[in-house]
This record gives sequence, C-alpha cells and structure tokens, in this order.
Amino acid sequence: MNIMFSTETSCWFIRKVICWRATASIAWSVLLLPPTTAVFVVLSRFSLFHPFQTISECLSLLMSASSIFSFILLGGVIIMAGFLTLEYYTVIPTIACSKIALLGQLLHPRQFINSLAHCLMGIIVGWCCAVTIGYRYEMLGYPCQNSDGYPQMCVNEYHLIVLLAGAFVGFSHSLLGVIHNINYVSFQTVQQYKYFRFKGSLPLVVTCSATQAFYSVRNYIVVYFFLGYIPRTWICKTLTLHVDSSIHPLDSIAGLLDLSLLFHLWISATFLLFMWYITLLLFRIFVTEAYSFPVQPSFTEDSHQCLPKVLTDKHPMILKFLALQDLALLSQHSPSRRSEVFSLSQPGGHPHNWNAISKECLGLLADLTHRLVAYHETVATNGRAKSLSNGSERKTSSETSSAEDLMSPRPAFLMKTPVSVFTRSVGGSSQSPLTVPFTPDLDSPFASPALRRLTAPVEQGSPWHGTVQSPHIMRRAPKLWSTSTDSQFNGSPLPSPASVPSPKQEATKPSFLSQFLQNRKEQLPEASSQALFADSQAHIWALEGLSYLVQASFTEDHFGVVQTTLPSILSSMLLLQEAVDRHFKLPHASSKPVRSTGSIGDSAYKTLRFALRATLKTAIYRITTTFGDHLNAVEMSAEHRKRLQQFLENKE
Amino acid sequence: MCSLALFPPLPSGQTTLCESNNELLSGSSTTEELKQDLIPLSLSFPRESLKLHSRTESSSKAAFLDHSETLWMRSAAAWRDGGLTGLLNEVTTSHTEVPKWLSMTSGCILALLRWISSFHGSVFPHVTLSSEDMIAEFSQVLNWPDCVVRAFAWHPHTDKFAVALLDDSIKIYNPKSAIMPTLKHRLQKNVAAVQWKPLCASALAIACQNCLLVWHVDPCSLSTRPSSGCAQVLSHPGHAPVTSIAWSPSGSLLLSASPMDTAMMVWDVAAESCVLLQRVGGGGVTFLSWSPDGSHVLASTPSALFRVWETRMWTCERWPCINGRCQSGCWSPDGSRLLFTVQGETVIYALTFTGTPGVPSSSIKGPQAAAVVADLSETTFKTPDGDIIIGGEIQSVAWDPRGERLAVLLKGDPQAANQPAIIAVFKTRANPIFELLPCGFVQGEPGTEPRLMHFHPNFRHGALLTVCWSSGRITHVPFYFLSTSLPHAGLSGSPPLPHPQERPADFSTQSLFTELIS
Repeated sequence: MNIMFSTETSCWFIRKVICWRATASIAWSVLLLPPTTAVFVVLSRFSLFHPFQTISECLSLLMSASSIFSFILLGGVIIMAGFLTLEYYTVIPTIACSKIALLGQLLHPRQFINSLAHCLMGIIVGWCCAVTIGYRYEMLGYPCQNSDGYPQMCVNEYHLIVLLAGAFVGFSHSLLGVIHNINYVSFQTVQQYKYFRFKGSLPLVVTCSATQAFYSVRNYIVVYFFLGYIPRTWICKTLTLHVDSSIHPLDSIAGLLDLSLLFHLWISATFLLFMWYITLLLFRIFVTEAYSFPVQPSFTEDSHQCLPKVLTDKHPMILKFLALQDLALLSQHSPSRRSEVFSLSQPGGHPHNWNAISKECLGLLADLTHRLVAYHETVATNGRAKSLSNGSERKTSSETSSAEDLMSPRPAFLMKTPVSVFTRSVGGSSQSPLTVPFTPDLDSPFASPALRRLTAPVEQGSPWHGTVQSPHIMRRAPKLWSTSTDSQFNGSPLPSPASVPSPKQEATKPSFLSQFLQNRKEQLPEASSQALFADSQAHIWALEGLSYLVQASFTEDHFGVVQTTLPSILSSMLLLQEAVDRHFKLPHASSKPVRSTGSIGDSAYKTLRFALRATLKTAIYRITTTFGDHLNAVEMSAEHRKRLQQFLENKE
Repeated sequence: MCSLALFPPLPSGQTTLCESNNELLSGSSTTEELKQDLIPLSLSFPRESLKLHSRTESSSKAAFLDHSETLWMRSAAAWRDGGLTGLLNEVTTSHTEVPKWLSMTSGCILALLRWISSFHGSVFPHVTLSSEDMIAEFSQVLNWPDCVVRAFAWHPHTDKFAVALLDDSIKIYNPKSAIMPTLKHRLQKNVAAVQWKPLCASALAIACQNCLLVWHVDPCSLSTRPSSGCAQVLSHPGHAPVTSIAWSPSGSLLLSASPMDTAMMVWDVAAESCVLLQRVGGGGVTFLSWSPDGSHVLASTPSALFRVWETRMWTCERWPCINGRCQSGCWSPDGSRLLFTVQGETVIYALTFTGTPGVPSSSIKGPQAAAVVADLSETTFKTPDGDIIIGGEIQSVAWDPRGERLAVLLKGDPQAANQPAIIAVFKTRANPIFELLPCGFVQGEPGTEPRLMHFHPNFRHGALLTVCWSSGRITHVPFYFLSTSLPHAGLSGSPPLPHPQERPADFSTQSLFTELIS
C-alpha cells in the first residue's frame, strides 16, 4: 500500500487532476444524498390511504436528529464508496480468459477487501434504512415475555433481515462488479458537458438499481430461507437476546411471503445500489472529462506537462489515455493547436512536437500489430510446439522480436506480483495441471487493475524492460501466454507429439478436482480476443489523431514535417490492417458479444475490436481521399502499394 | 431577394437535359442521341416490375389468429405484441373469463392511459399517426407512400449509388461493375432514408420502420444477394420509426432521428453503442442534416422549432419558427451557412454561422436571426399549353457540393392540374455577398413529377443533379459550369461563366426570433 501511495503522489497528474476530479465527484454525490433520501423516505413510508399524513410524517422525520445522524452515516458511506472507486478504477478492463481466471479474480485478497468493505457499507445503509422506515424495523431488540411470563429482550428479526439484506446486496454488488467489470471506466464517443452526461445517464441508473435490487433481493430471500437461522442464532448468542416463540420465524415461507417486507427490502436495496451507482457514474463522468494539455510548454519547468511529453508517460494509464484523447480532439477540432504540432523548434528548427507525437502513436500501433501477429502465431500453431514446457528453449531467441517477448516465461512476473495466498502453490511445481489454473498472471487473479497500474513503475526496472518497447507488451504478455496455454491444454482434441508432456501429467493425476478444474478452464468464447484488444481505446485515438493530423497537414503543414513520416505512418497502418484482418478470420473474433442491458457495468470493452477495425479503415481512407494520387509519390513496398491501391479505388 | 418571377420561361412538354453555356437545355424525348450522350446511368423502375406486398402482416393477423386459446396464452401474446396496452385491452375485452374486478380495473387503467395519450396527442398531433403516415409526413420525398423510388444515395467517393424501392428492397448500382447487389432484410421495411458511410467503401445505413440497418456490402464481392448477416441492426426502445439519418462527414458517427423520440441518437456503429442527446421540447426529431465540414447538425422537430447542434460538445441552439416546423435544410460546403424552409411558408431562410469554418467553439456566437434569401410564392408562367402556376410550399432543398447550384423541390398542388411539382434551380454565390440567382426549372417527361433529388458528391465538371420521378425513372441532370472557387486548370470544353445580367438582388432582412439556450 505504501508503494502505491508514493508512486501516486509522485505524479503531478494524479495529484493535481485525478484527485480533484474524484473529490468533486464525491462531493456531488454527497450533495445528491438529501434529495435521494427524501425520495426514499417518501416511497418507503407512503400509504395510499393517508397521503397527507404520510407527507407530514416524512417531513418531520427528515428534520429529526436521528435522520441527521443517518445523513452523516450515509455521507460516510458515499465517501467510502467514492474512495474505493478511485482506488479500484481502471481504464483497461481485466478480462478473465477462462472461468478459472474469473474465479481467481473473485478470490483475490484485494477483491476480498472490496467485498468486505461493501458488506460493511451495506450493513450501515441497511441500519439507516431500518431506522428511517421505522415501525417494526426500528430496533434490534424489543422487550417480550418468555413462556414463563418473565420479561426479557427478544431479537427483532425484521431489523436483522434488513441489516443482512444490506450486507448481502453489498457483497453481491462487489462480486457482480468483478464479473461485469464495473470498475472499468470507458470513454464516450462524443464529448458532452458533465451535466448533460449526468442527465442522460440518470434514467439508466434508476432502472439498473431497481432491477439489480430486485434480483439481489430475490437471491437474498432464497439464501435467507435456507441459512437465515445461522445469523439469527449467532446474534442471539452474542447479544444474549432471545427468540420470541410467539412470533413466526422469518425464515419460513409464511414469514417471507410478506409483501410489505419484500417491498421494504427491495426499496432499501434500490436505495443502496442507487447511491453507489450514482457515485460510480459521477466518478466516471468526472474522470473521463477531456483534459487539454498544452502542446508547447510556455515555461521550461512545465515541459513535463505538455502533450508530447505526457503521451510517452506510461505510468498512470489514465494520463496516457487522457493525453491520447486530447490528441484526437485537437487533431479534429483545433487548427491553432494543430499548428503548434506542426511547428518547428525555435533554435534548430526541428519538428520536436510532431516527432514525439508521431513516434508514440506509431509505437502504439506497432505494439498492437506485434501482439496480433504473435497471438495469431500461437493460435495457428495451437497444439504444436509452443507449450509451457518448452518456453525455456524459446527464450534463447527472445531478444530479437517482441513477438518472442510475448512468450516470455511467467516467473519474471511472479516475482513482481505482491504477496498472495497462492504464491506457495506456484512456487512448487508450476507445471502440474492443478496449479496451472491458479498461476497468477498479471491479468486475472492477481492483477486487479489498480494494482497493475501501481506496480507498473516497478516493472520498468526489471531486466525485461530493455527488450520491450512499451509496457503494453509486458502487461499484455502473460495474458496471451495463459490464453495460449489454456487453449493448448484442452482446446486441441488431437494433441500433436510435441505437446505430449501435459496430457501425460493429466493422465497420471486424474483426480476429480483436476477434471473439474479442467472443465472450468475452458475458454470463455471470444474472451481472449477481447483481452487482446482491451486497451484498444488508446490505439483508436492514436489512429484518429494521426489520420486527422495527416489530413490537416495537406493544407496546414507549411514546413512539410508530416511528409517525412508519411511513409512510416502508412506502412504501420497497413501492417496493422493486415494483422487485424487476419485476426478477424479467427473463430470467435468476429462474433458479436451479447448485449448486456440492465447492468451499470460498462461493456464498451467488448466491442473495442470492432471499433478499432472500423477506425483503422476510416483512418486509411481519410489519408487516401485527402492525398489521392499524390500518394503514388510516397515510397513504400510493392505489397503495401498494392494494398493502398485498393483503398484509393475504394475497394476495401 | 430572388423570386420565381425572375426565372426564364418554361419550355413546355420538354425534358430538361443539362445546363450548358449558362442556360438549361431541354429537348423532347425524341432527341435520343443527345440523351444517350449526356445522361449516363439513367434507370427506370416501372411500378409493374416490383412485387409488392399485397397485405401487410398486421392485417393478416386477425384472419389467422386462433381465438380459442386460453386466456393466459392470449394475454401472453397480447403482452408480447402490444405491451401493457395490449395486455390491458385483452383483459378488458375478455370480461367473461376474468373476474369482474380485474376487467374493471384494467378497463379503468386503459381509459386513463388513453386519456393521457390523447392529451399527449393534442400537444403533439404527430404521435397519433401510424408509422407509415409519419414517415410520409416527415420524409424529404414528395408523396412518399406512392413513390416507387423511396430513397436514393450516392456514394460520397465513387460513382455508385443505392436505391430503395417500394418493395423494401435496396439495389446498388456501380457503373464499373456488372454486379448489382440487392439487399433484403426481414427488418428492412418502409425505408425512409439511406446514406453511405463517408470514408468507407462498403457501409450503407438505412432508416427503417423499426430500426436502423447498416449493411456492409463488400465492393469486391460477386454476390448479388448479400445475406442478412452482412447487416448490423441498431435499435433502441422507443426509437421508431426512424425518419432521418446522417453520417458525420468524418465517418465515425451516425445520427438517427425518430419523430416519436425526443432524443437524437449518436451511434458508434462498429461498437453498436449509442449516446442519447435528449432535449425537452419539440416532441421528436424529424430531419437531420450534418454540415459538410462536420461542425454543425440541423435537427428539426415536428413542432415549430428546430435545433442547430454544434458537434464538439454537443450543445444546441434553439430556433423557434413562427409558422410551422422546419421541413428541410441544407448546408453550404464550408458549413458556414444553413438554408432552410419552413412548412406553410414559401420562402427560403438563411442562417450564417460566423467564425472560421471548421472551428466550432463555444465562444463563437451563432447568428441572431434568419434572413429570407428567396421567395418562391406562386407565380404564373404563360406557356403555349396555357398558364402554369409554379411555386408554393417547398418539399426539400439540396445544395451541390461546390456550393454553386441550389435545387428546390416545390410541392405544387396535387389537385390543380396546372400547378405541378417541379424543381427550381438557383445559382448561388457566396462572394461578395451571399445571393441566389435564378437558373431555371428542371422538368421531366410530360406527366411525371419529381419525387426526390440528390446532388452527386463529386462531379468533375460542375454539378450533377439526380432526380427520381414519379414514373419510377431516375435521371441525372448535369450542370456544366466552371467553378468560381476552384482553379480552372484541367477543365476544358466547359464554357466560361458569363457575368450575371440580373439586377442586383435586394436583401430583405425579415427575421425570425432566436433564443440561445444551452
């Protein structure tokens, strides 16, 4: 944790921008609390037959001291939720390539802390709801008489069920958050002011929280029906309360089929989820707001804050993303800032800005190309040599191409993953089929995104740093690798001789557990493809930025700085186009994901590869339609020229 | 201000062929050789050749639905087909089978819903229309239900075009290839508009009755019937019928509008995700037009109100009209000027957006008032066949991509024989002051009316107007001229543009109000 904080504070951007944005979003969610609570109070206490009485009761309740206390508690919960969001958010989603990886994510200690915090918050909100609804929910204990007529304190199960409902909803919220990637923050395709974005998403938040609350309460009722006696007995024991034998216990069909109880549970769960969703939504809106970086520093000490410098920064991913977004926006909308990009440095006359920007963008595109090529190779040779066991042989040639880097052995990462419960099993025989699923790769079980974000600078010092061009490959690497081994383990029905070792091991230990795990380890369809393009928003902006700048250079670039890079831009785009085309020929790559509606989790990452493919084509067309036949004068290989000709003739 | 009285006389019974030497040439249909020479790609879709649906699906439902099903089955079917209203209706009508209190309650709820919707309908009369009537009402095509060619779109970069026909099929013509793909899809019904995606060879967006379709027609494919797997279906609850679509000129976004939905959708087509741009007021969005430089979007509503959105932060200016809704509009090539027409008025208004073209910014103030630039009120022309009245309400306007010719489709009067629908063409000049000068009328074969028109996006020798006629014929009328804005090199054989002889146009600054909200 302290490493985390030291690296975070070292970055001016986190300190100056992200923290302020997070604070503002939390402040707004706290400000929205009173109206939300008022609506909740009115809805929860409303009675059809005494409307005016209800309203006056609600007003007096909202003014009372206990509600002030509830407000403070709820405010605390929101601040807590906001802090957790800030801590856990990610701009690159974590995609579990197999079910076992997903399980690993769910069981990760960090996730455990998150779930625990959500349970706690749920209980607090549940208490506030119980107190606010009042009536039979208000207190945990009430005086009653036992069978002999002695007065004693009995447990109020109605109070208990609301508290536990809060905990359950909190827990399921945090679990579903992992499954639906709720911490993933996607960027909008169109820019809007924050107020309009908020207004536009509000109906979605309301419906999502209502439906999610419905399902959570349904599950909770089932769980309580079977297991409700455990917490009740426990509470009774620890607080020396008694069970009132004259009242039906609630974990019976008659007890749970109480419509008013169900309604109150549902509305409390809705209120709880609504608060969290609003906090999350506001955080997303604030943090993804476009930030305008200066292209040229006005003072030399600010030079680390200007766009060409910031683009090359790797460490807070959000910074790189916002910088790329700014690049895409300026290239589209702002001639004055474009002219700064095309300008020459004052002493010397070098196009430093353009060089830095184009180099970074081309680097990103080259990364993705390499990644795709390597993935394609592993899939194409699926079932042949490239298995876990011969990873060491491959290492010999690994310094040359980054495609080889993708296959770099896992231990390099293992050393860097923080202490975890599974390291012990990994330290042993990492080849056994039982432990393979639990091997932490940076993606799935052990790299909760925030962690990855924060461990990135540590990785830079690793011996691998020299061979890779950017952290993308490093970060991506284990995913591909695990993906490939996964498919290798059970994807090939006819194992070729080279992959004998692993089936042999399976044959020696055919335990039930391993069989079960093998089944669970089956690839989630298209997940590997999604994982491959998980950070493609960056590539999309890079493509947009480059193509718009090249388009603008046709009329605006007075010094011809873009001309010098045009061949490499075109060739890297065409290379990527080729790689993307090949990737989409793979099974599952072009199958559309199922639309998930009614979930607050952003599923934009599922379609990023389609967006990238479309953007890439549009980018090439943008250049070809702008330059037309002038492109024949650009030097390029015959193959590329042929491909470009297709674009010039509008035949792609 | 230009008016129809300044137009050259109408040659009777002759088809307009082209503009050359600054005048419109016309010929009778016998001059075949001239026609062959000047008009490429002329197509004809006789009404008889189309296999039309004899009966719509909804009308056949009553004939075949088995009414002896149980109440539960019927209720489920009603819920599926008609939603809540359908369910309530079913429960109310089958009062013999359900408890009395249930049928009473559902009857009351139904009555309440109907009362609310009638109230809504009295505020926005268009919501009571059926889908087809609504498309017909708000389409840019004249007399859309009866039209053989219902929509037409040129590809922005090549010489191919797509034609949507009355039988809900779409055909794609490419002069360079013999293959003519025909697109058919289960959901492709009542096509209101088609548009090709800019900076892309294959994607074609189609506004249908219930959804939006984006076809990916591979230009190299040899298939004449692309499978419906090539089409992406984009739909959103409540967003139907779609009457207008607009691709951003950069090809990245697609806008769609429905008169039933107050929100305008911004689609990221590849990701199939959409962002709703909702503003209260107007009761829907009927017509969209994206300025060629991508900086603004015109969005008209069914009420006397239209909006001009800027596309950087997606804020809008509200423009209330006085008489009626904005029927049609078009942008100058640099995006600095918007011409629009209002239903119930016979004039063309212009709005000028100051500032450097392509630099939308919140600091740049839009115009304060719209100015009238042309008066198209009814004017009588004497022809050998008798008097012909031309003028009246305007169906649609189109501006050629160089900004030199403006075509206006006049509705005419279907009842009066001597007031036909006709296309009036203006010459436009932006410098030194913006003005419209008369060019002439475009008329087709005797007895046919123009239904919709489009300019070719990149015609080398001037402008090429494609007109779809009521007979199902598609013709192309070239306007040969030298562009004043482009360098003249490379163009040979085109006559030089003589100095216009007309008297200087007097500008009337009759203005509309505007409010700048959000």
